[in-house]
Amino acid sequence: MVEVQFRFRDDEAVNDSAVTVDAFAEQTNATAVRIEPGDDARALLPFLDQLALVEVNFPAWTDGRGYSSARVLREAGFTGEIRAVGDVVIDMLSHLRRCGFDAFAPDKPLNPADAQSAFERWDNVYQAAADGRQPIWALRHQN
Amino acid sequence: MYKYDEYDQQMVDTRVAEFRDQVRRRLSGELTEEQFRPLRLQNGLYLQLHAYMLRVAVPYGTLNSAQMTLLGDIADKYDRGYGHFTTRQNIQYNWIKLEDTPDILADLAKVEMHAIQTSGNCIRNISSDQYAGAAADELIDPRPYAELLRQWSSFHPEFLVLPRKFKIAVIASETDRAAMRLHDIGIKMVKNDAGEIGAQFYAGGGMGRTPMISPMIREFVPLDHLITYSEACLRVYNRYGRRDNKYKARIKILVHELGKDEYVRQVEEEFQHLLTMGIEPPLAELERIKPYFADPAFETGLSEDLDLSDPDFRLWVERNTHAHKQPGYAIANISLKPVGGIPGDASADQIRLMAQLAKDYSFDELRVTHAQNIVLPHVKKADLYTLWKALDEAGLGTANLDTVGDMIACPGLDYCSLANARSIPVAQKISERFGSSEKQAEIGELKLKISGCINACGHHHAGHIGILGVDRKGVENYQLLLGGCEGADTSLGKITGPGFDEDGIVDAVERATEVYLSNKQDGERFLDTYRRIGMDPFKEAIYG
Repeated sequence: MVEVQFRFRDDEAVNDSAVTVDAFAEQTNATAVRIEPGDDARALLPFLDQLALVEVNFPAWTDGRGYSSARVLREAGFTGEIRAVGDVVIDMLSHLRRCGFDAFAPDKPLNPADAQSAFERWDNVYQAAADGRQPIWALRHQN
Repeated sequence: MYKYDEYDQQMVDTRVAEFRDQVRRRLSGELTEEQFRPLRLQNGLYLQLHAYMLRVAVPYGTLNSAQMTLLGDIADKYDRGYGHFTTRQNIQYNWIKLEDTPDILADLAKVEMHAIQTSGNCIRNISSDQYAGAAADELIDPRPYAELLRQWSSFHPEFLVLPRKFKIAVIASETDRAAMRLHDIGIKMVKNDAGEIGAQFYAGGGMGRTPMISPMIREFVPLDHLITYSEACLRVYNRYGRRDNKYKARIKILVHELGKDEYVRQVEEEFQHLLTMGIEPPLAELERIKPYFADPAFETGLSEDLDLSDPDFRLWVERNTHAHKQPGYAIANISLKPVGGIPGDASADQIRLMAQLAKDYSFDELRVTHAQNIVLPHVKKADLYTLWKALDEAGLGTANLDTVGDMIACPGLDYCSLANARSIPVAQKISERFGSSEKQAEIGELKLKISGCINACGHHHAGHIGILGVDRKGVENYQLLLGGCEGADTSLGKITGPGFDEDGIVDAVERATEVYLSNKQDGERFLDTYRRIGMDPFKEAIYG
């Protein structure tokens, strides 16, 4: 299993190995699932309570379906870990965070200093997403 | 026009810092070209045949004179003394050095400009009607809505790695001057029966190798749902758009393969869900943006009279100016298509001159058009003669708007790594063949559009006459299309038959215009005659 390089959670690390969405359908006592780009994250919604970890795989970082998968899970109230795995690169990090990812296990470990500055890149954001940050429009119109 | 507040400025400055860091990692070898490519593309930086090309965003085509002046200065300082205005209302520079790009972006940020998302598989610069805020026929100014969408789409965390590029246009008049239905999403601002303003959505239009005219997907989206509905459209596309073949990855293919009704059903479902997520900016945000687009301080009681005794000036006024909503004013078009020139190119000096003229005569405002021209939107009729004189002296007074000489052409094989054939020399030869303004005036409105490959950046599908350059066994070959149109009555051109070589295509275009001139009835444009008499008479004349 690839090591988790960055984690933004206080709870204990989840080490359960993730099963595929298809396997999960047959074996619904699993606590960790891996979503591939073509999987429908909404298929997991009935089972969110029992899941501690959802891995979202990026076989290539240029396939952006995983961003939507994470948001769909967060919008449904999932509070477990969402871990980006696979071809995870520096320049994705801040956007993945915004979509609800809170753990990162890149195939190739990232330069920690570059990753740090990527996570901290944006002081403000234009949109409401899955990270609870106040968008610029909210800051402009707060009383 | 819109002015950045501290937040907007901070976003753009942050992007400059991020890009500077990415360039540093590339130059040090930490990033390979393969890894760097998608990153530079999100910043409008392409690697072309001979050099890097940088595309700078001009949101909804609106500029002030300080911005325009800087665009001229960049052409001098970092390029070879000229810039190229594009069909997406942007400007691009063809001879850029990678190590200079962070500094160029920093210069741009100082005048509230950037190159964010001018390429890459993300939501691109939002385009709009070049006559917005000036045309007599518009319902409202579409630009505040375009600005709201600009902010929403900038660095949208979920939609930066879409299946393919995504282009949005916003208009607000019946006369569609932005080719709205040939965009991935087209938005037309409308008024409903209750008198409320809202947005009519179209999705799945586009050109490229599979041209499609977008169907309407929602008749009316209330203003307080504009962002939420857009988000639903994009999410369905991001999740289900094809990624197995880049030529089938645009939203038009998804809408086509699912069928409009099924796409609409999925969007509606996502929309209902997202409405509960609180992602919509308050209407107060639109109200904050709107005053930036308020009318300038027009003078009232001005005369409508114009001294047209100078025949050259008369020709220019008739061809290149458009009715303004304010009495005593006109919309002036500056053609970047001089006879034999490169469509859309302007020298640094010309760019700065246009900036100065905008300052002197057009309330400091300019527009870039998708037909690769410049507009001074608010010119007092009394100033038109002086303006035209200054333009004419600088080679900017060509009176050929919407005529055969005012063609759209992509950069083609002279610059572009995707092209199969050159576009620019063909454009130049046609321009020279039709030469004089008088001849072009006789032919009247004739929109000619040239693409150097099937990707259709030169909009050949939408030309009254379209030309498509292809590679035929190593030789450049040009196909002729007739009957395309991009306006409210959008249609796609049809190929006439076998292609031509470079000189042959110029002859074919001329023969097509002759067929028109000998068949036209009162008041018909080329397109009207073609639609009435059909392809056959043209074919006969061209191939007979």
